[in-house]
Amino acid sequence: MKTRKLLSLTALALLTAGLHLFTVLSGTQFYLTQLTMAAYYGLVVIGLGVMMGYAGQISIGHAGFFAIGGYLSAALTTNDLTPFLAPGLIRWLDRVGLLVHGQDIFGDPLMTVSPWAACLSAVTVTALIALLIGGPVLKLRGHYLAMATLGFGIIVYRIFLASPFFGEADGISEVPGFQLLPATGLLGPVIISGDAAHRVLNYYLAWGVLLLGMALLLNLIDSRAGRALRSLHSSEEAAEAFGIDTARCKVQVFVLSAIYAALAGSLLTHFNGGIGPGEASVMKSVRYVALVAVGGMTSLWGTLVMGVGLTFLSLRGVFGSYDDVVFGVILIAVMLFAPEGVLRGLFGRALQRFLPGRQT
Amino acid sequence: MNTRTSQQEPMLLLEKVNKQFGGLQAINNVGFTVQPGCIKAVIGPNGAGKTTLFNLIAGNIPVSSGTIIFQGQEIRGKKSHEIARMGMSRTFQNIKLFHGMTALECVMVGRHTRSCAGFLAGMLSLPWTWQEERAIRSRSMELLEMLEIADLAGTEVSSLAFGQQRAVEMARALAAEPDLLLLDEPAAGLNIYETAEVARLITAIRDMGITVLLVEHDMSLVMDVSDEIVVLSFGSKVAEDIPANIQKNAEVIKIYLGEDETV
Ligand SMILES: Nc1ncnc2c1ncn2[C@@H]1O[C@H](COP(=O)(O)OP(=O)(O)OP(=O)(O)O)[C@@H](O)[C@H]1O
Ligand SMILES: [Mg+2]
Repeated sequence: MKTRKLLSLTALALLTAGLHLFTVLSGTQFYLTQLTMAAYYGLVVIGLGVMMGYAGQISIGHAGFFAIGGYLSAALTTNDLTPFLAPGLIRWLDRVGLLVHGQDIFGDPLMTVSPWAACLSAVTVTALIALLIGGPVLKLRGHYLAMATLGFGIIVYRIFLASPFFGEADGISEVPGFQLLPATGLLGPVIISGDAAHRVLNYYLAWGVLLLGMALLLNLIDSRAGRALRSLHSSEEAAEAFGIDTARCKVQVFVLSAIYAALAGSLLTHFNGGIGPGEASVMKSVRYVALVAVGGMTSLWGTLVMGVGLTFLSLRGVFGSYDDVVFGVILIAVMLFAPEGVLRGLFGRALQRFLPGRQT
Repeated sequence: MNTRTSQQEPMLLLEKVNKQFGGLQAINNVGFTVQPGCIKAVIGPNGAGKTTLFNLIAGNIPVSSGTIIFQGQEIRGKKSHEIARMGMSRTFQNIKLFHGMTALECVMVGRHTRSCAGFLAGMLSLPWTWQEERAIRSRSMELLEMLEIADLAGTEVSSLAFGQQRAVEMARALAAEPDLLLLDEPAAGLNIYETAEVARLITAIRDMGITVLLVEHDMSLVMDVSDEIVVLSFGSKVAEDIPANIQKNAEVIKIYLGEDETV
């Protein structure tokens, strides 16, 4: 099991390098931009995959978590926060180096939060929100859970759309790059940004984050806690009979997947330099669900491959203005013809042998 | 330890337990005790309320009134998983295995209460969890061997035959190393050889020091293995005695008349 896990993760690392090489050889380096974005969306999808496929809890509101992560990062690093913070707090935040003082385009002083602090608070706040709503919402099952999470997604969407602090219909732009590491010696700074100069670096960063996220989830599903999650999929009654606190388990996986979504949202927002309300829309949530379904529910690798692959095609504009239609159709088609997922439907058990973290 | 005197604190004590489902009185003023180290059977015709009784004891559904005391603690208000942690485990009449898991993994879930690695430890695959994981795995494997299905360890549970699924359920319940084990019709749907095997297994479980509460329709099995029998009919207790006396009990015979079972 362990060696298979390592092998498949190595394969993902090789694929990452291979794709890069391919773009270099074919002179299509501009693909790297969409590949970077697709990797971040992939992070959302595998997080949701563990929750939906393994723990059996649906969420049609995950775009909400993605957007909260992205929007908070964007707002904290772009909006002037002077009116919102008490002077004492500002002095204190300044002392610990969390604030950035700059100028806006009109030359007025602009006080924002550093990207590190913004990203961490965005993810933390999202996790807290998930924790808060997870308790009551996850008591619901099936259709009711779907409706409640859908409702959550809609609320988040409308809030971002209505709030001037979050740029209303325009969203937030001019989000600065996220410097992870300062320049050292010969190496330049490690910075998340869509600037063409950082394109290759960002490609590897995004795929590195995806790889790490995948490794953690693969560990999880083979662990004691992972088995507990998977057990409540078929019978909560039986899971409880063996000492598993099903309510707690559900909240844990919900918060975990929300953290994955928020982190992706935050990083992608810094990469894109902005975020708009479309990221919080219900269609985005439906798309994530469709990608998990098409990947085969209980197959993290299938979810990752389909999630990143289809998102890449969508970002390249292959589906044109029928983008949302395509994902809707995919969802229906998968449910009708290949409820086990497309990869498994096509290649069946042959593939299964090589992929860990996939249940028979 | 194995002396069954009435002075000893009972493993399980039911007092005036009632359960209504809407207008239906599924359990009516039932009381009995289960002494540690014995095998007690609950019998009764279909719909008598046996499974309901188990669900009350395991905390799946709340009692309407009355008390259930397990190992000296009242279970009212406790969640099912909390009761499991107090040392109770069970099998289900309608097999409830975890689909998508292998037989081995299912049994490993049974060891949940006997291990502690949490969510983060699992995600990070911290080195100390490896040892725990190995221990869970090897203990679960031993149980599959004990139930003679070790060769099916890697098979997904929904593709197992019925009898094999029952065996996995039993192994999973034993993996918890419970003090009290509830078996809901462990021999239902099994042939006579398998049933004999189950009878041997139940006594072996008792000899391991596990108290057993058994629901079963197979009368020869019940008469063979039980130390005491409670008879339920339409939710009420109509008799409680040792097997030899139950067989002679006129009221019990009347209840079972017209059914295929012979007492
Ligand atoms: N959740 C429930 N809601 C409503 N009625 C129920 C519920 N569970 C059980 N009952 C009813 O309670 C009565 C007792 O059912 P129970 O399953 O406990 O019987 P049983 O003795 O286990 O029968 P069997 O031998 O067939 O397993 C039945 O009339 C049943 O329909
Ligand atoms: Mg029953």
